Amino acid sequence: MSGTFTKAMARNIFYGGTVFFFLLFLALTFDTTSGLPKSDNRHNITPAVAAGKHIWETRNCLGCHTLLGEGAYYAPELGNVYKRRGPEFIKAWIQSQPTGAPGRRQMPNFNLSDEELNNLVEFLKYTSEINTQNWPPNIEG
Amino acid sequence: MKYKSQAVAMPYFIAAIGLFVGQIIFGLILGLQYVVGDFLFPEIPFNVARMVHTNLLIVWLLFGFMGAAYYLVPEESETELFSSKLALAMFWIFLVAGALTIVGYLAVDYATLAQYTGNDILATMGREFLEQPLLTKIGIVVVALVFLFNISMTVLKGRKTAINIVLLLGLWGLAVFFLFSFYNPTNLVMDKFYWWWVVHLWVEGVWELIMAALLAFVLIKVTGVDREVIEKWLYVIIALALVTGIIGTGHHYYWIGTPEYWQWWGSIFSALEPIPFFAMTVFAFNMVNRRRREHPNQAAVLWALGTGVMAFLGAGVWGFLHTLAPVNFYTHGSQITAAHGHMAFYGAYVMVVITIISYAMPILRGRACNSRKAQVLEMWSFWLMTIAMVFITLFLTAAGILQVWLQRVSDTPLSFMAVQEQVSLFYWLRETTGVVFFIGLVLYLASFFVKGDEQAAAVPAGTATVPRG
Ligand code: HEC
Ligand code: HEM
Ligand code: HEM
Ligand SMILES: [Fe+2]
Repeated sequence: MSGTFTKAMARNIFYGGTVFFFLLFLALTFDTTSGLPKSDNRHNITPAVAAGKHIWETRNCLGCHTLLGEGAYYAPELGNVYKRRGPEFIKAWIQSQPTGAPGRRQMPNFNLSDEELNNLVEFLKYTSEINTQNWPPNIEG
Repeated sequence: MKYKSQAVAMPYFIAAIGLFVGQIIFGLILGLQYVVGDFLFPEIPFNVARMVHTNLLIVWLLFGFMGAAYYLVPEESETELFSSKLALAMFWIFLVAGALTIVGYLAVDYATLAQYTGNDILATMGREFLEQPLLTKIGIVVVALVFLFNISMTVLKGRKTAINIVLLLGLWGLAVFFLFSFYNPTNLVMDKFYWWWVVHLWVEGVWELIMAALLAFVLIKVTGVDREVIEKWLYVIIALALVTGIIGTGHHYYWIGTPEYWQWWGSIFSALEPIPFFAMTVFAFNMVNRRRREHPNQAAVLWALGTGVMAFLGAGVWGFLHTLAPVNFYTHGSQITAAHGHMAFYGAYVMVVITIISYAMPILRGRACNSRKAQVLEMWSFWLMTIAMVFITLFLTAAGILQVWLQRVSDTPLSFMAVQEQVSLFYWLRETTGVVFFIGLVLYLASFFVKGDEQAAAVPAGTATVPRG
């Protein structure tokens, strides 16, 4: 750094740059927010979906699974599990856990009621219909 | 130690190191559960161990940052801390709240925990890294605000340096963006969108300010290079960090239901994010090469240089590896992500906290530096932990490449679980290397108890710097 580039100039670039790009980020956020209804499948958010999300969160499913690629990498992606397995399989699967297969990764049993299971499936259905720009690459997630 | 009140940093550092040990023990449990799936099941399911691992990481880094601030701010401001009593009170509150939360994770079923801690009033739990009960989250905010009040008042009544100001900005940013953890709409896309305002805008935004400020402080102390030079670098680095990192958030908005244009914004800006990390490396080496004194604490110098290199590798190189949208399409949410997450967190934030601890702890214990013997042991722990982390990253990357290939690229894709079995060799290697990391950590702990020859340590604090040559 040459002598003509002073600390004050560096500081001004920092403040100016930060403010500029933060405002740009806010503008993009605003644009995204107004465009989201087209891609985020919000018209399918029913009370059942909301209840399902609540169950999803309070059982910490994300601590083992990914959902749309975010979460933990220990167990299968569930953003598209509705399409991969269908509602009946999902319910039967959750009820029959843990497999108890020796040495195999285990999923706990959450003692969910039929209604809770239905809500969870509704949530996974809603999630599978979000426009994710064709991610994941194939059905295996 | 120039100011008495700096002493309050000590309990923070000790707590940080203690929780670090807990974090790694749970890392080893997780690593074993990857290959022996029913290990500790159902007592400690994987998701519980993972919460403990990641939350301990965050909490001990926060302890480290706060301790660092309590040490650094009085010295930079040239005045005693506004209130040491408040700092000490917050220490105990944070420690007890943190401990209770971890015990809660381990002892209480998560859904029950949610029920008893007000999650039905305001649902914030069950999202990665933000699993803490509402009460804990509120506790974090309270502690953070009192802490910020304390150090801001100190800066206000004392000297304002660039390092002080940047550190404060970073810490205030940390608290402000944490507030988004309270926003959890039912709309999953919105939920995810703002979740990243905590996670990404922390590690690739405001935390970089904290990191750069801490590094700058230690470099001034150990090299004696002119403050003007170092502070100019500091501003350049953080300008680069925020100019690239804010819009760089877009690299998380490719596949979560957000508009396609983020693939452009995210790819372009996040591809530039390695630049500030590269600048930090150059900065650290440059300053050490231009040093005007030989500081007797060579371990601290090693940690400072290591931070630069490892942050660049973990965040810069491994971040770049998967940040372009066409690549991320295949690697998103795979072991590649885990590889990057580990090296970036270790290289940037773990190492910078250890750097400041390495520099400050001897002084807090009444000497300029530790004995030669203790330093040698500390340097051994540096190399063991750092090399282990490099190999953990390499093994996870290998696992990740295979995973992507078998599960996502192949014409005849295998299922997730089938692929996990195929790559289990690499998980075993990761676990073994994890044990090496743990040994490094034990040596690190031991280095605090080594007495050894008191030669280097005999020099009283303040006069400990000998002219070079
Ligand atoms: C402790 C870790 C863990 C938790 C928590 C967990 N799972 Fe799982 N889950 C697994 C594992 C491991 C598998 C794969 C098991 C196997 O193939 O034997 C799995 C498989 C599944 C599958 C089948 C996926 C497929 O493609 O075949 C579904 C559906 C599922 N989990 C749903 C859930 C839901 C919903 C929750 C939260 C209520 C949840 N899981 C919580 C570990 C977990
Ligand atoms: C200082 C050292 C460490 C740091 C900073 C660290 C950090 C992290 C972070 C940030 C995550 C979340 C990852 C993500 O979402 O991508 C994580 C998860 C994990 N860590 Fe560590 N970790 C460390 C050491 C270890 C060690 C030594 C092991 C085991 C040998 C380990 C095993 C794991 C496992 C298995 C996961 C879960 C990955 C998954 O979601 O499937 N970690 N760690
Ligand atoms: C010290 C700084 C950094 C830290 C601590 C860090 C940490 C992490 C962690 C923990 C994750 C996983 C999040 C999750 O669980 O979903 C992640 C994801 C990601 N990081 Fe970083 N990161 C840093 C810097 C960077 C940089 C500079 C880049 C780009 C050049 C980058 C690119 C990415 C990308 C693209 C993802 C998403 C991965 C995916 O799609 O699954 N990171 N980072
Ligand atoms: Fe990011």
